[in-house]
Amino acid sequence: MKELVVLSGKGGTGKTSVTAALAALGAGEVLADCDVDAANLHLVLGTHGEAAHPFVSGHTAVIRTDDCSDCGECARLCRFDAILAETVAGRIRFRVDPIACEGCGVCVHFCPSGAIDFPSSTCGWWGTSRTRFGALIHAALDVGAENSGKLVTLVREQARKAATAAGADLVLVDGPPGIGCPVTASLTGADLVLLVTEPSLPALHDLGRIRELARHFAVPVVVCINKCDLNPRLSDRIAEFCRDQGIPVVGRIPFDPLAGDAQIAGVSLVEFAPESPAAAALAAMWEDIRGALATAPQPKG
Amino acid sequence: MRIAVASGKGGTGKTTVAVNLAVTVARSGRQVHLCDCDVEEPNAAIYLDPQLGPAVPVSTPIPVVDNDLCNHCGQCAAICEFNAIACLPRQTLVFPDLCHSCSGCWLVCPEQAITQADRVLGEVSVGSAGSIGFTQGVLRIGETVVPPLIHTVKATVRGAPWVILDAPPGTTCPAVEALRGADFALLVTEPTPFGLHDLDLAVKLARGLDIPCGIVENRAIPGRDIVDRYCAEMDLPVLARIPFTRDLAAVGSEGGLLVDADADVAAAFTQLLDELVGLEARA
Amino acid sequence: MKLVITAQGPNPEDPVDPRFGRAAYHILFDDKAGTFTTLENQGKDAAQGAGVQAAQTIAASGAEILLTGHCGPKAFQALNAAGVSIFSGVEGRVLDAVQAWRDGRLEELNSPDGTPRH
Repeated sequence: MKELVVLSGKGGTGKTSVTAALAALGAGEVLADCDVDAANLHLVLGTHGEAAHPFVSGHTAVIRTDDCSDCGECARLCRFDAILAETVAGRIRFRVDPIACEGCGVCVHFCPSGAIDFPSSTCGWWGTSRTRFGALIHAALDVGAENSGKLVTLVREQARKAATAAGADLVLVDGPPGIGCPVTASLTGADLVLLVTEPSLPALHDLGRIRELARHFAVPVVVCINKCDLNPRLSDRIAEFCRDQGIPVVGRIPFDPLAGDAQIAGVSLVEFAPESPAAAALAAMWEDIRGALATAPQPKG
Repeated sequence: MRIAVASGKGGTGKTTVAVNLAVTVARSGRQVHLCDCDVEEPNAAIYLDPQLGPAVPVSTPIPVVDNDLCNHCGQCAAICEFNAIACLPRQTLVFPDLCHSCSGCWLVCPEQAITQADRVLGEVSVGSAGSIGFTQGVLRIGETVVPPLIHTVKATVRGAPWVILDAPPGTTCPAVEALRGADFALLVTEPTPFGLHDLDLAVKLARGLDIPCGIVENRAIPGRDIVDRYCAEMDLPVLARIPFTRDLAAVGSEGGLLVDADADVAAAFTQLLDELVGLEARA
Repeated sequence: MKLVITAQGPNPEDPVDPRFGRAAYHILFDDKAGTFTTLENQGKDAAQGAGVQAAQTIAASGAEILLTGHCGPKAFQALNAAGVSIFSGVEGRVLDAVQAWRDGRLEELNSPDGTPRH
């Protein structure tokens, strides 16, 4: 079983649209949406039969006001500015801001009155849905939550499990933007990363950084230049960058104004406009990616 | 007035809005400072080409265990919620990349065997682009802890009455850190289901932080009204609209300013500024 | 000599869990007495550093040998510091793993072979 992860560094280059097109072009793969901050893949796959499980991770401090002596030790020790001091009826009272709370437990441990509880926190959900193209494992973090790395890891583990159970030979992962914790959790140990970029200076800048990250974790990458005709000069410059770095460019997808219409119709572009030049380019790219996957070295772990 | 430019979804045009707004504010004679808080992928400098001072490392404290003083009591490992310390029979090990710098271990150690060292997360540089004050943070490749760097970026602003915070995408800790303390959130979206789905998350985040918000619709297409319908339903003002054209896309892709390329867009940003000035006056 | 084997269930008949830090159970086998003791893996749902936490449990149990599927870099470092020898790539039932170790059919791990998890 192979695992292909779609990433970009810069947001909005078309990761999810490309992932949806590859899902439509492929056969019987398991899909995973690791953009747990802002998951979108389900919007174009026609999901149904959702089985959602709560995602419980870490703890949040809660001050029991009745037992609190208002000494302020918690506010003094908290390094995350998560203890709010409020004046109620002429007295200073302390309260934990649950969004700012890091879940470190320092206040809980050092409170001289033992007045701080430390319950587990539910910070989102994950689940399996059926789609037109196979199972989709997806998840959502609550707004303002943290711990996205662990949820990403969980989604990938569940997707691999589902692929093993279904005898699927590919897990196709839609990743998050950036290069931080959820991105690292999305790419470690993958067989191949597809970097979706676009011909703009910001996208080129970010491509360099995400490529560095993939190199840091020794994951092979291939590049897709999306909306390539919006700036042909920069598309050539990206291709040149890739050649210098020894990265294969597996696709140049022209901009298609129908991409937005396809999204509104809730399908991928290759289904919405199969005759379009962009759909043809996506289909050709899929063949190249299959070739790259077949030759990708088996990662450890 | 501190304005955070945010979105939920990546690539909707946050940085485009942030830099064009900063230029519009500066040209109106107001003093403005732009903070690029998207430290994972900072891009504002590509548009503004600022003169920057030296890149100053930003670090967070991590524990160092003196194994001569340590008696392996295990209290440091027990208090660490993040498993960043392993207390073993003959040795106590620290795993710096798991550490959240909560300070629990050195506070709890009865032998004073734990001191603090710096773990560098990235760099922050301060400078200016013409009359616009400018700060950017750059996360080190492979580093995963983002909020303290964003915090430091914001802390470099000195006295500018207008501050524009270019926030990272998403709705979790980095976005929260960028939005915290803002007077107003300008949420940038595009008229697609993805854009709208993630706009809704950003609205929930801004409202959860008690920050009033307004919408900028980017890449607007005549006749496609899904953003208007959403905003009407949620009682949100659409403060500016930037059309999609291949020409504007080409200008943006080269790091150009839309307000210099297109008079209608420049007028839209001037009107956006007027709206924000009005909001500030009413606040 | 004591061994710990990662297991998907609480019994020696259960299959080996390929994961170390997030294994369902750690089963302690006392080679001299021939007895099995089941240890719940308290840290299997940790937000991070499950391997670091598990390494401490193994070290505290007095085991000198670990039989598991894969071992990531942090757990490897901690187990090494605690003087625990690691045999990875172990499959089958816990009982079979112990037999394979007794027969000298397992190879000791000299560097981490698992993926770091964030």
